Amino acid sequence: MDFDVLGLSRFQFASTSIFHFFFVSLTVGLAFLIAVMEGIAYFRKDKAHIYSNMTNFFGHLFLINFAVGVVTGIVQEFQFGMNWSQYSKFVGNIFGVPLALEVLMAFFLESTFIALWWFGKDRLRPVVRLASIWLVAIGTQISAFWIVLANGWMHRPVGYEVVGDQAFLTDFSAVVFNYKAWLYFLHVQGSAWTVAAFLVLGISAYHLLRRQDVEVFSRSLRIGLVFGAIGTVFSATSGHRAAQVARYDQPMKFAAMEAQWETSTSPAPWSAVAIINESERRNDFNVEIPYLGSLLAYNRPVGNYEGMIPLQEQYEEQYGPGNYIPPVTWVYWNFRIMVGLGVILLLAAFGGVYLWWRKRGGLNDTRWYLRLLLLTIPMPWIANFCGWITTEMGRQPFMVYGLLTTSQGVSANSFGEVFVGLVGLWVVYLALIGLDIYLLTVTARAGVHHKPEAQMVAAPAPNYAGEGFQEYDRRN
Amino acid sequence: MDLITLWFWLIALTFTLYFFLEGFDFGVDILRPFLAKTEAEERALVGTIGPFWDGNEVWAIAAAGVMFSTFPVWYGTLFSGLYPVFVIILLSLLMRGVSFEYRNQVDQPRWRAFWDWMSFLGSLLPSFFWGLTMAKLIEGLPVNAEERVVGGFLDVFTPFSVVGGLATLLLFMLHGANFLLLRLHTDTVLYTRARAAALFWGALATVAILAFVVMGYVTEGLFNSFGVGPWLFPLAAGLTLGSIWFGLTTRRDVFAFLMSSLTIVFSIVTIFIALYTRQIVLPSTLDAAFNLGLRESASQPYTLRLMTWVGGIFLPLIIGYQIWNYYVFRERVRPDEGGLNKGYD
Repeated sequence: MDFDVLGLSRFQFASTSIFHFFFVSLTVGLAFLIAVMEGIAYFRKDKAHIYSNMTNFFGHLFLINFAVGVVTGIVQEFQFGMNWSQYSKFVGNIFGVPLALEVLMAFFLESTFIALWWFGKDRLRPVVRLASIWLVAIGTQISAFWIVLANGWMHRPVGYEVVGDQAFLTDFSAVVFNYKAWLYFLHVQGSAWTVAAFLVLGISAYHLLRRQDVEVFSRSLRIGLVFGAIGTVFSATSGHRAAQVARYDQPMKFAAMEAQWETSTSPAPWSAVAIINESERRNDFNVEIPYLGSLLAYNRPVGNYEGMIPLQEQYEEQYGPGNYIPPVTWVYWNFRIMVGLGVILLLAAFGGVYLWWRKRGGLNDTRWYLRLLLLTIPMPWIANFCGWITTEMGRQPFMVYGLLTTSQGVSANSFGEVFVGLVGLWVVYLALIGLDIYLLTVTARAGVHHKPEAQMVAAPAPNYAGEGFQEYDRRN
Repeated sequence: MDLITLWFWLIALTFTLYFFLEGFDFGVDILRPFLAKTEAEERALVGTIGPFWDGNEVWAIAAAGVMFSTFPVWYGTLFSGLYPVFVIILLSLLMRGVSFEYRNQVDQPRWRAFWDWMSFLGSLLPSFFWGLTMAKLIEGLPVNAEERVVGGFLDVFTPFSVVGGLATLLLFMLHGANFLLLRLHTDTVLYTRARAAALFWGALATVAILAFVVMGYVTEGLFNSFGVGPWLFPLAAGLTLGSIWFGLTTRRDVFAFLMSSLTIVFSIVTIFIALYTRQIVLPSTLDAAFNLGLRESASQPYTLRLMTWVGGIFLPLIIGYQIWNYYVFRERVRPDEGGLNKGYD
C-alpha cells in the first residue's frame, strides 16, 4: 500500500474499524449475557443475590468497555464524510439511510437505558431495570444489524440506480433483505456472542481455579458455555455459507481466499498451507487436501471454481483495465487463522458442554479444562480481526463492489492533515485499548466483592427522606 | 413544505438539541476546575451530568447521520473540508467520553487529576470548535468547482470564526452554570459558587455574542437575506440572553436556565435561517458559482420519504424517553457523605 492520501485514509479507516470492533464486539455479546443474567436474577427469587452479584460484576466490566465503544463509534461515523467524501456523495442517498437508522433506533436507546439501568438501582422498580437492560441488549443488536447491513450493501449493492454521479435508492426492501447482509449479520452476531462468552468463561475459570465465589462463577461458567456453544455454531455455519456465497457474487475474493490462480479441477482440492508468489501469479508451495475444496464450496465432493487469472481477464472486460486481484497473501492467511481459531473455539465450547453433561458439578474442578479456558480469552478477538481483514481486503480494489473503487471514494484532503490526524488517532486508540485491557483485568481479577472506591457517580443520594424512594428498595 | 425543506429544518433541530443538551454538560465540565475545591465536590459535579451526558452526545451522531442520509453532498464537503477541526473534536470527545468511567477506577489523586484534565479539555475544545464550525457554515469555505475544499488548517481561523467559537464556549459555560443551579442542593457552597460563575461567565458570553452578531452584520452579511420576519429570531436571542441576568439576580433558577436554553435555540435557528433564506447550505469563498445549493445537496425524494417515516416515528420516541431519563434522576445533588456511592453496590 502506497502511503499517499489514499493509503493513509485506508489505513485510518481500517484502524478505526478494528479498534472500534475490539470494544463493540464485546459490548454486543455481553449486553445479551447480562440481560439473561438479570432475567434469571429477577425470576429466580431464591437465588437472586447470587445472580445480582453476577450482573453487577459483569455489568461493571461491560461499562468500562461500553464507554470506549461509544466514543470510537463517533469516529467511525464521522470518517465517512472526513476521509471518504466522494464516496459519501456517491452513495449517501442509500448508505446514509441505514446509518441514520442505526443512530435513531439504537444509539439513543443504548446510551439512555444503560444510564437508567446502572444508576437507577435505587430509583427504579426491578422490573423496569430488567426492561432497561433488555432494551440495551436489543439496542446493541439493532445497531449491529444496521451497520452490517450498510457494509453488506457495499459488498453486494442492490436496490439502486446510478443517475449522473450519484447512486439513487430505488428499492429499500431489497437493501433490507439483501441476503449477503443477513449472512454477515448472523456471522458478526455469532462472533460477538463468542467474544463475550469466552470472556465470561475465562474469568469464571480464573476464579474457579482459585475457588473464589464458586456459587457465582460456577453459574456464570454454565451461562457462558450455552452462549459459547450457540455463538460458535452461528459463526461457523453463517461463515461457511458466506464463503460459499462469495464464490458466485465475489468470485475474485473467494479465489484469493483459496490462493487459486487458475480455475480449479473438479473435484477441487483445498489448500491448507501455501507460499504465495503474487508478482508471478502462482503459488511456490502448496499443500492440498483432495476433495475438500469442492466439499466446502458446494457441500458435495464435485464442482470447480474459477481462478484469479481468468477472473482478472473477465473483470477487465467488464470494468475496464486495472488490477482486480486483491492482496492475496493477506486474504489467504487471515482467512485460515480465522477458521483455525473458530474450530478451536467450537471444540472448546462443546467440550465444556460435554463435561458439564458427564460430570455435572465436577466441571468446576476439571482444572485442565478451566486452564484451557484462560488461554481462549483472546482467540475470538483475533479471529474477528482476521475475518474483517479477509472480507474487506478481499473486496479490493472496489469500495462498492463493481460500482466504485476505493481510489474514487477518497476525499481531497492534504497528506499532512490526514497524516497528523492518523497519528493522533493512533496515540489515543493505543492508550484506550491499553487502559481498557488493564482495567478489565484489574476488575475481573478483583472478583465479585470488590467495589471500586467510587463508581462513576450518578445523581447521588436522594436526600429528602420519605418522599417515595423507599418503596423501590432493592429486593435483596 | 416539501421534504427537502423539512429535512433541512430537522437537521437544524438535531443540531439545536445537541447544542442545548450537550451545551450544559460541556459547560459543567469546563467549570468543574473553577468550582470544585475538594474531591467530594468534584464528584458531585460529575454526578449532576453522570446519567445524561452519553445520551446528549448521541445528538451529534444523529445530526451527522441525518445529514449524511438527507444531504450527502453537504455532509461530504463540510466534513472533509473541516478535516482538522473534526479531528480535534473527535480526539477530545474520545478522551472525554472515557474520563467519566475511568476517573474513579484507580484510587490515586494523580490518576483522577489526569482524567479531570481530559474531561476539561475534552469539553473546552469541542465547544470552541463546534462554534467555529457553525460560524464557518455562515462564512463559507474555499469550495472549488468539484465541490472540494482547498486550503489548509490555519485558514479556518478567521476573526469571525474565532469569535463564533469563543461565543459558543462562553455561552455553554453560562448554560452549564445555570444547569448546576437546578441540579445542586441550594444550601451548599457549590451552589453559591455556581451562581457567581453564571454571573461572571454570563457577562463575558454576552459580550462575545454581541461581538459575533455585530461582525456577522458588518462583515459577513449574515442578516442581508433576512426579511422582517426572520429578524425576530436574533432579536429574541438577544432578549433571552439579557433576561438571564434578571433570572440570576432575582434567584429564579428555572427561568435563568430556560432563558439560556432559548438563547441557544434562537442562535442556532438564526444561523439556519441565514442559510435557508439564501438557499445555500455552504457558501464558497472562492466564487459564488461554487456555492452548495440547498436543493442540489439533498438526497432524492425516495430517500427523503423513507427518512420522514423513520424520523416521524423515532424522533418523538427518543425525545420521550430522554425526558423520562431526566425525570428519574431529577433530585438535586449534594457533596456530602453517604450519597455519593449510591449509584453502585
